[in-house]
Amino acid sequence: MADKLVISTENEAFLARITELSGETITVCDQCGTCSGSCPMIAEMDVTPSQMIRMVQLGQREVLDSKTMWLCASCFACTVRCPRGLDVAKVAEALRQVTLRKAIDRINIRAIPADELAELPQIALVGALRKLTG
Amino acid sequence: MRVGVYVCHCGGNISEVVDVERVAKAAGEEADVVMARDYGHMCSDLGQKLIVDDVKEHQLDAVVVAACSPQFQGGTFMSTLKTAGLSPYVLEMANIREQCAWPHADAPSEATEKAIDLTRMSIAKVRLDEPLVERTMPIGKRVLVVGGGIAGIQAALDLGDAGFEVHLVERDPSIGGRMAQLSRTFPTEDCAACILSPKMADVPANPNIEMLTYTEVESIEGTLGSFDVTVVKKPTYVDSATCVACGLCEEKCPVSVPDEFEEGLMTRKAIYVPFGFSVPNKNLIDASVCLRLTRGRDVCGLCQKACPHGAIDFDQKPERETFTVDTVIVATGYQIFDATEKAVYGYGRFENVVTALQMERMIVHAAEGNPIRPIKGRVAFIQCVGSRDEQVGNEYCSRVCCMYASKLSQLLKRSDPTRDVYVFYTDLRAFGKGFEEYYKRAQSEGVKYIRGRVAELLEDPETKKVTIKAEDTLTRQIIESEFDLVVLSVGLCPSEGTEGIADILKLAKSPDGFLQEAHPKFRPVDTLTEGVFLAGAVQGPKDIPDTVAQGSAASSRAIRLMNQGEYALDPIAAFVHEDLCDGCGLCADACPTGAISQATGVPTISEALCTGCGICLSACPRDALDLHCYTNDQLLAAVEAALKEGRNGHGTIILVFADDTATYRLADNVGTGKMPYSTNTRIIRVPSGSRVTPKLMLRAFELGVDGILIGESESKSSPYAGSVEAIGRNVSTVRGVLESEGIDPGRVRFTEFVTVMLGKFVGELNGLSEFAERLGPIPHDQRETLGRNVNGKLFGA
Repeated sequence: MADKLVISTENEAFLARITELSGETITVCDQCGTCSGSCPMIAEMDVTPSQMIRMVQLGQREVLDSKTMWLCASCFACTVRCPRGLDVAKVAEALRQVTLRKAIDRINIRAIPADELAELPQIALVGALRKLTG
Repeated sequence: MRVGVYVCHCGGNISEVVDVERVAKAAGEEADVVMARDYGHMCSDLGQKLIVDDVKEHQLDAVVVAACSPQFQGGTFMSTLKTAGLSPYVLEMANIREQCAWPHADAPSEATEKAIDLTRMSIAKVRLDEPLVERTMPIGKRVLVVGGGIAGIQAALDLGDAGFEVHLVERDPSIGGRMAQLSRTFPTEDCAACILSPKMADVPANPNIEMLTYTEVESIEGTLGSFDVTVVKKPTYVDSATCVACGLCEEKCPVSVPDEFEEGLMTRKAIYVPFGFSVPNKNLIDASVCLRLTRGRDVCGLCQKACPHGAIDFDQKPERETFTVDTVIVATGYQIFDATEKAVYGYGRFENVVTALQMERMIVHAAEGNPIRPIKGRVAFIQCVGSRDEQVGNEYCSRVCCMYASKLSQLLKRSDPTRDVYVFYTDLRAFGKGFEEYYKRAQSEGVKYIRGRVAELLEDPETKKVTIKAEDTLTRQIIESEFDLVVLSVGLCPSEGTEGIADILKLAKSPDGFLQEAHPKFRPVDTLTEGVFLAGAVQGPKDIPDTVAQGSAASSRAIRLMNQGEYALDPIAAFVHEDLCDGCGLCADACPTGAISQATGVPTISEALCTGCGICLSACPRDALDLHCYTNDQLLAAVEAALKEGRNGHGTIILVFADDTATYRLADNVGTGKMPYSTNTRIIRVPSGSRVTPKLMLRAFELGVDGILIGESESKSSPYAGSVEAIGRNVSTVRGVLESEGIDPGRVRFTEFVTVMLGKFVGELNGLSEFAERLGPIPHDQRETLGRNVNGKLFGA
């Protein structure tokens, strides 16, 4: 049997938290799927961007277990095409923040040898520090 | 001046709280009051007879009734005065039931003080009431209908059949509008041309309709009952009396251009007939492409040689025609969304991407056995192109695309079941009669609906096939599939002609760019300009039945004004104190309805056009503008009367200027609900809060009020265009002056209300009252300085 979705006040609290972090009115998404159809990383994602938004609308914390917001390249294709004017990339960023604010470092910048640091593209470094350190 | 005052017990409703005898006694002590009584039921026959008898016996020339709200019994007592031989406009009502007895039932002594104040205010105002007579204006039976689509055709035919004189103006060379281009109509699948063409033919056949095609409205001046219209008839270069549309000219014409009627899918010649069943069905020359007309007299001229009737006339000039009408119906329709604006769909770049209107034409020709181009294999419809899309600036739903796509898709499927037809949609809207059934029929014919908005299209450079990229949001899978033909279900936008006619008639637009109706529920085809009506898609996207209904509705609303042969004028209109006017013309600039015209000297005000909003009063630096029934002197006298006993034991006095549409009725509703609020409030009824000039507010502060609340109907339901903005400006002006005088600007407030916001009304009133209590009264010397400085601060010296 399919899983039952229980919507409780905790779910509302999760939606409220992501709404506050992103500054976006997530409830206006009407699930047209333009974001998913526009996403260059879609092939790698376990949850499509529109599904990610839906899970946030319903307050499903399980969305935090998905890879989607970590795969988001912040290209803003979704944001510029959203017919409801929702900044989808900002919502993805808010979902990352929920984890990042736990201040867990997944990489140790000091452990990277200096010559490798010099070789690595700056943008990759900035992205890695933003996404993978608390 | 002899005033009679009548204080009603309302069978105990009032007298159980308010000491009505004290009110009558206090009223009797006011100047000019020769008669002051209290009585059980003033609205009863006996109560009214009391007034009629007193008027005769005591030669009263004005009457105050202190009773319920004028919203309930104002009309009754106006009739009573008429019976007594007085003008119905020398009546004032003091609302001591809804504003005293009911909300202040738990504070009877304050309720009585307030009732005395309200009665004094009414006496002060009635002393200055003008004995206005209700005037009527003669009105004829002439109508201008702008736009010859199905809305305009319906309106014109209804009016013509009812015996009204109609001028139907259409900018295109034929009437018929967009409906003429359609294949079939949903959900019944009538052939559009077959049901439309007889109606089109009825127009020139109707003796009461003058049909002016290929004609544009240049200007409309004037008001209800006398709109002076100037139209320009563009030259067709073909004598319509002799042309028989034989087509010999077209055979010879060397110029081919895209055919508008065929949405550019076919070509026509520079000399052409608009379409097969066009009305009129005559040739015309497109001057922008004709070789003779663009290059010179000695060029080409083949059509002229070919015409056996000598109908071609290159010397035709634009003809100006002027006529006068009594009412105007605007039916300028819509145009389809320009799909090139949605660049990701490749319209105009990709060969196999067409609009739904092009598909209509393709289906018409295919059904006639002359396909324009083959429609083979796999076809996809993309919904909401230019609708519900903030990225192109259109937030609204176009209402017809779901159903026309369901129609076109099943017509395609039915004529060739081997076609694969898909509809990519976000929400399927099938709200009309028979729509849901029709949608189900499309599904049962095998049309597949995919729930997902298409993100982008890619064209194969070799095969020219188009790949659609979208999410099926129901399975969360990304679709990338190839189609032979993609149809864009384009939305409806305001037509090009709408902009021009809105400027000419000064009509308001809603945020979506369509024209704004006077009231969204009760006046759906009226505009805020008296005598001007809307019909069809000019007001917003709609389907054919709704459009036709509006055509008939607009004609009926126009007939309502014209049928009696005369039109009653509302006496609440602005007027000019000629001795004060210096002819500066600022009032004419400020008027939102164009009621004031001023070339030199004293302006003239059209009573028919003036809505009585009072916005012009604030624009006049010399107090020359005034409003009948609510003059500056009257309102100031009422304020003075409210303050006669000082603050009457209260710390402060709060004045509420309540607009008649929302706030005054809201105060009545609060009273009826017996909801208490601060007893130091004195409500003054005004047609609109925009009547309250900065000067009036400042003078009220000078006289001793401690706080002012202006209540106005929310802009979307207000009958007064621009009132909310005008009040905003006035209040900020007043705040500026107060601040510069060291007076707290928070003492003046402005709130938009609707009649059911009971809690909000009480909250705002109590809030302002508490605020003023905390600050205390404005010191006497500050008020005096304010009084000295008012004019200088408002109008600079």
